[in-house]
Amino acid sequence: MTSLVIAEHDNASIRPATLNTVTAASQCGGDVHVLVAGKGAQAAAEAASKIAGVSKVIHVEGEHFAHGLAENMAAQVVGMAKAYSHILFPATASGKNIAPRVAALLDVGQISDITKVDAADTFERPIYAGNAIAIVQSLDATKVITVRTTGFDAAASTGGSASVETLDGVTDSGKSSFLGAEIAKSDRPELTAAKIIVSGGRALGSNEKFHEVLEPLADKLGAALGASRAAVDAGYAPNDWQVGQTGKIVAPQLYVAIGISGAIQHLAGMKDSKVIVAINKDAEAPIFGVADYGLEADLFNAVPELTAAL
Amino acid sequence: MKILVPVKRVVDYNVKVRVKSDGSGVDIANVKMSMNPFDEIAIEEAVRLKEKGVATEVIAVSCGVLQCQETLRTAMAIGADRAILVETAEELQPLAVAKLLKALVDKEQPQLVILGKQAIDDDCNQTGQMLAALLGWGQATFASKVEVADGKANVTREVDGGLETLSLTLPAIITTDLRLNEPRYVTLPNIMKAKKKTLENVKPADLGVDVAPRIKTLKVSEPPKRSAGVKVADVAALVDKLKNEAKVI
Repeated sequence: MTSLVIAEHDNASIRPATLNTVTAASQCGGDVHVLVAGKGAQAAAEAASKIAGVSKVIHVEGEHFAHGLAENMAAQVVGMAKAYSHILFPATASGKNIAPRVAALLDVGQISDITKVDAADTFERPIYAGNAIAIVQSLDATKVITVRTTGFDAAASTGGSASVETLDGVTDSGKSSFLGAEIAKSDRPELTAAKIIVSGGRALGSNEKFHEVLEPLADKLGAALGASRAAVDAGYAPNDWQVGQTGKIVAPQLYVAIGISGAIQHLAGMKDSKVIVAINKDAEAPIFGVADYGLEADLFNAVPELTAAL
Repeated sequence: MKILVPVKRVVDYNVKVRVKSDGSGVDIANVKMSMNPFDEIAIEEAVRLKEKGVATEVIAVSCGVLQCQETLRTAMAIGADRAILVETAEELQPLAVAKLLKALVDKEQPQLVILGKQAIDDDCNQTGQMLAALLGWGQATFASKVEVADGKANVTREVDGGLETLSLTLPAIITTDLRLNEPRYVTLPNIMKAKKKTLENVKPADLGVDVAPRIKTLKVSEPPKRSAGVKVADVAALVDKLKNEAKVI
């Protein structure tokens, strides 16, 4: 029994979500191999070989792997699948894009967003925006899985000494091509890996206020910035800041919800945070029902005051 | 060019579901059901492509119980031209739905299938990608902008760090994210018109598809409850709690 983890990386380094996925793979039993497919991804492959618990890294190079196109990535994984009992992806935008394609090509069901490994074929996963937890058993020989990173500790990124094997990649499918990307550069921690998150809702009122009020607090705390769906839909924050059922799932040490009412869909994305603080002037806001510390106040006064007090 | 749009009947997004006391699932008897919100966005996008003259026909499809007819009528009220129900009372998992849809694609020969990225009941986020794999088509998931011209679809996708744009050779699969469009309100005249549109009924066996589940649900339970904490009087009290009680800053 051997598991294959599909690494998420930027060619130079391994993204943190990969580390949580390695932990989930270890819990499935047997050896853990990691696939690093990319362009000029030598450094990422080397970084993967140092992850504790990984016994082998398979490094595949190709221009057509540069942007993680699902067609090429899935074909690559399917070609290697016979050797593996479990194939695991982080439940990120990239993992969710590729994993079902792999499962369908192997004619197996896929198990999404697991939060716990109960046995080699039995897993726990949230359904209905986390309002229920299902324990599910795979009836297929190969288990194709996406891993909710908040459900598993990160494997140590150092201490391992896996061998790195270079493999020839599949050819380009030609079905899709990458035209460009708008990826915001930020000095802040990545939302899904941050220890502290400052998150804003519709009550901020405008894009300008969102940044003007929240950024100084996030700077003081060394926090990532997040947003509710309402704030993203209103254009106050970019789409990749959305926390919730269909956005990012986060579980930081501290989550500060500012001007967020707390719809079910938002709570689904942050209720596993260790400590939740809510600042809202509506005493009846559902967010107070999950907050460890609630402050009923006008955020435009309270947040600058909080920033100054830290 | 035909566009096929699969739609799913799910528990309405405003309903907080209850887990059955025997742990066999969630209680959906007498609960409000609606079209999966992402699928509504998919239908809207297909109808807009028809209004722009890019598409000639929009076909809505649903797989499930007879009541999915209501969801299909809603799709036709938004603007789909006709609908197909693959009727079954069996539990359908994403792989089975993808196989049913593949059989319909083989028959209808659309150039584009637009699906919701995720159903808000099982939260799987699989069917579109699986259908793309079974058809051997290209895919662009989590779309926030779609442009179709000259046998290509240029699709902007919501990804973890921001946005990226792909070019797909048609035929292709697109799955929708929240910001792709804002679905129109369904008007009464359009609801009346939708009643007259064709709704075909087929069975999985007619399509030669085995829908047997591959994943068995052993138990469904309530998540651990998070209890409400305390309200603090002011910012100073909050800072004190965070420093000395929670010790997180």
